Order: sequence, then C-alpha cells, then structure tokens
Amino acid sequence: MSTENRIPVLKAQGLVKHYGHIIALDEADLEVYPGEVLAVIGDNGAGKSTLIKVLSGAVIPDRGQVFLNDQPIHFTSPIDARRVGIETVYQNLAVAPALTIVENLFLGRELRRAGVLGSVFGMLDKKKMYAHAQEYMSDLKFRIPSVSQTVETLSGGQAQGVAVARSAAFASKVVIMDEPMAALGVKESGMVIDLIRKIRERGLAIILISHNMPHVWELADRIHIQRLGKRIAVVKPHEYSMSDGVAIMTGAKQIDAVA
Amino acid sequence: METALPTSPLMRIRQFLLRPTIGPLIALLIACAFFATQTPRFLTINNFSFIFQQSIVVSVLAIGQTLIILTGGIDLANGAVMSLGAVFMVHLASRDGFNPFIAIGIGFAITSGIGFINGLLVTRLRLPPFIVTLGMLGIVYALSLIYTSETIPAKDAQTFLGNGFKVGDTLITYGTVAMVLLFLATWFMLRETSFGRHIYAIGNNMEAVRLAGISTDRLLVAVYTLAGLLYGIAALLLIARTEVGDPQTGVAGNFNLESITAVVLGGTSLFGGRGNVLGTLIGAIIVSVFRNGLLLMGIPSIYQLLITGILVIMAVSVDQLSQRGGRQ
Repeated sequence: MSTENRIPVLKAQGLVKHYGHIIALDEADLEVYPGEVLAVIGDNGAGKSTLIKVLSGAVIPDRGQVFLNDQPIHFTSPIDARRVGIETVYQNLAVAPALTIVENLFLGRELRRAGVLGSVFGMLDKKKMYAHAQEYMSDLKFRIPSVSQTVETLSGGQAQGVAVARSAAFASKVVIMDEPMAALGVKESGMVIDLIRKIRERGLAIILISHNMPHVWELADRIHIQRLGKRIAVVKPHEYSMSDGVAIMTGAKQIDAVA
Repeated sequence: METALPTSPLMRIRQFLLRPTIGPLIALLIACAFFATQTPRFLTINNFSFIFQQSIVVSVLAIGQTLIILTGGIDLANGAVMSLGAVFMVHLASRDGFNPFIAIGIGFAITSGIGFINGLLVTRLRLPPFIVTLGMLGIVYALSLIYTSETIPAKDAQTFLGNGFKVGDTLITYGTVAMVLLFLATWFMLRETSFGRHIYAIGNNMEAVRLAGISTDRLLVAVYTLAGLLYGIAALLLIARTEVGDPQTGVAGNFNLESITAVVLGGTSLFGGRGNVLGTLIGAIIVSVFRNGLLLMGIPSIYQLLITGILVIMAVSVDQLSQRGGRQ
C-alpha cells in the first residue's frame, strides 16, 4: 500500500504535553491513512496514551497541531472529535449489559418514529433499529445469535465486538482502539481481530494501541513506534521482525525509518 | 464464534422464571393462596377491591421509587416528601384560604422541587443517593412539623380522587384510574422512549452512557424531579383517602419502606438497570395483600412492619443471588 501521495485522514505534528516535570509528549508526530490499521506500540511511559487522548479530544496538547484531511483542527472535548467522525473504543467494555445488542449499538443515537409519535412522545423506532443492526452485524460478518439478545448473554469477545462495531458504525473517519483485546482469551481475540479487518475494509482508518506484539504484527499495515514522548520509527510488519520492533521500542536498536 | 443462547428445556424454564413480572406474579399467587386458607373473609370481591384501594398510594410512590432505583439510586424520603406535599395542599386551602387547586399546584411544586434538589446533590456534588435522601428525610419531616403541628380536614374540592363510578357493585375511584394510567404511561416511557432506555443504561453502566455522549447529570436530575412530581400525585391520593392533612403521616405511615419493598418484590434490582414498573404494581399489591391478610387473621399491626422488613430482605437476597448466577 503506497502512502506517499495520499492525504492522511488524521495527522498530528509536533505535539508537546507536559504534566508538571514529566514530559509525556515531546514533539510527537503521527499520520494515519484511510483503510489502514496503524498500530501504536511503545514502552510504558512512551506517551502512547497521551498521544491517543490528544487525537480523541480527551487531552489538549500544550503545543503542536492536529490535522483532519490536512485541515488544522482543535478539539476541546471528546465530543468535538466524535462530531468530526473520530470514535474511540475503550479497554473496559463500554456497554450496558442488561440492554440488547441493538440498544447498545444505538445508545445515545436512537432512531425515533416518524411524525408526532417520535417528535412529541419520543417513541423509538425499534423495528428500524433492529433491521439496521441486523444488516450491519451481518455486513461485518460478526456472528451473534440475535441482535435482540442482551449483551450479558454474550461471551467477552462478542461483547467487546459489540463495542467495536458500535464505534465503527458511528465513525466516518477514524476509529481509535485502546487495547481492545487486552481482557480477552486467544479465540475471543481472534473474533475481534477479524472484526477490525472488516472495519478496515470499509475504508475507515484504525489506530490500534496494543501491548500484544503478535496481534500487532498480524493486524497492522504500519507500526508507529513511540519512545520517550516521540515517534522514533514507523515500520511495516513484513520488513521488520517482532524482535526488531521490541528492540527499537526499548532503544536497543536504532533505525531511521518512517514507512 | 459459537452461539451462547440457552436452548435446553431446563434453561428455557429458568429464562421464563427470570422474566420480570413472572416471579412477582407467582409470589402474589402464593401469598393469596396462603391467606385464603387462613381466613374465609380474604377471598371476596369486596376484600380485593379494598386491597387494591389500599395499595394506590404506595403504588404511586413506588413508581417514582422504581425510576430512581433503576438508575442505581434509592429514595429514603419519599413518604415524608409526599406527606409534606399533602400538608401544604390541605393547610394552604383549608387554613390559609388559597384556591384548593392552586394549593395542589403549590404542593406539586414543592415535591418536584425537592426531587430537583436531590438530583442536583446527587449529580453536582456526587453524593450517594442514600445519604442525600436520608438527610432529606430529616429535613422534610422537620419542615412539615415546623409548618404545622395540627391535623386539619381537607376541603371537598381536594378529595375528588376518592370519588368514582360503579361497575356492577364495585366502586372504582378516579384515584384507581389515575394510578393505572400512571403505570401505563411509565411502562410506555421506560420501554419505548430513549429517555426510558437511558434510565436503564445509566443503572447498568454510567460510564458507557457518558461515553455515548448522553448528559448523565441532566438525565438523573430529570429522573429525581419526575419522581418528586409522582410523590405530589401520591399526596393528592393520600388526601383523597384520609381526607386530612396530617404532618405525621410521612414517617408514621411506613410508606417509604413499603415503596422500596414494592419495587424490590416487583423484581427490580436494587443494583440498578434491571426491572420493570409493572412488576412494581404487583409488588405493591403483594405488600397490600400481606397487610390485609394479617389484619384479617387478627395479627397485631406491629407484625405487619416486622413482616414487611423480612419481605424486603428476602427479595433483595433473591436479587443478589440471581445477579450472581446471571453474570459470569
């Protein structure tokens, strides 16, 4: 996949963020293109979380600039980021267990009945939401017995799948995933990995933060390596081995590559 | 990617029993069967009409309580708030010469206003609802006694919910009609509107609701205020039944414990996010059946309080156990 002549959907340049004496971000850059999975790896304290929080609007940087399709953009809250099509999936399952899959998918963005029933009485259009949810989940080839089941009857992987699918449904540009497989077993992770691939096929850009190197090498198109508050390399998984990646991440090996 | 649907017949039966309102309904039938064997006067149409009449005030209080418990909160002051509303309605009209309907309006404003303040304290100061409403219980009870120490009769214009019409030999009061309509409206709201679904979601996972871009603070304040308005309606029903304004009813009447018992017996989880307002109606009738049945058996009224206490603890234990079984 050639990225040279394409415009990154989301780009960060020279981000700086200090917390007292601690420098979380020190001139950090990042680019992500539509239809790719960009993995972000780095040791603890490398500034991954802060970087991601800036991109999702949860943290305001001291300096530096974020661009959306090459246009400078300022976020003051996650709601701003969401409004321009950037959704975030959190590590802890952000789902309501006693509600159905449909209700979770549409939480906060419910469809209402047409006419007075919807506008005055706020009546939900359950049929339409059910149909949309059904179609959407089968598009993603995410197999669940029925979208009208409650989330608590699902396995951990299926429940996380609902959270991921939900974000992807409402993201028009970027989905940020912070350790989406951290709490899951091998088989369950596989389910979420397949889902992330499907979301990439839909042309969304995905930023994936993970500590799990096999997952990163399996899934990522490019790997952003963060160290001491800045991006020190971007590599492609077929050009560098996992141990190279870890060596770069920890400073044992230095390369000059921004793929 | 295999399915996680329970398919064996045993699991189906379990699912059926766990359906909200089925369990409470069975409990109600067992209680009725028990009292029917104990006293011949229990199983008569007149007695059932009486039981139903007696459950009206607690039922309406319990609707507000259900909304609050669904969000994961609890209201320990609703009996006292209702009583304060009733005292103001009656005294303003009968003692101070206000138009009876304006007095009712002021009563509604007071109970809703207290709900609004509860909501603000829970959301802005992040205080636990049980502390906020426990404090409010003391404040509200004191306020009603500071306002008046007298019990005075209500004007006829304020007891209209006690009037009604006859169906055959049975009198159906407007209060009964109002209660049924309130249950249906709340049931509809909880099931069919986004406001209702968000109430469940907030009790399930507050963080998920916030991350979904919903203002959880505004939602909670709305729920507490709405509950306050329902307590105002309960006050009007109370006046229709007692025909007086008595500053002692709120605490002496045991309403608060009964409303919580009704909600929990009705299958709504004290942990929030699960339950159903129709279950609450059944729960309120169970409370009333016990009160009535024990009375007919000639058991002193203090035992009713004892048994209500035991019932609520039993119901919460069932809730606790089913939660443990349901989530692994």
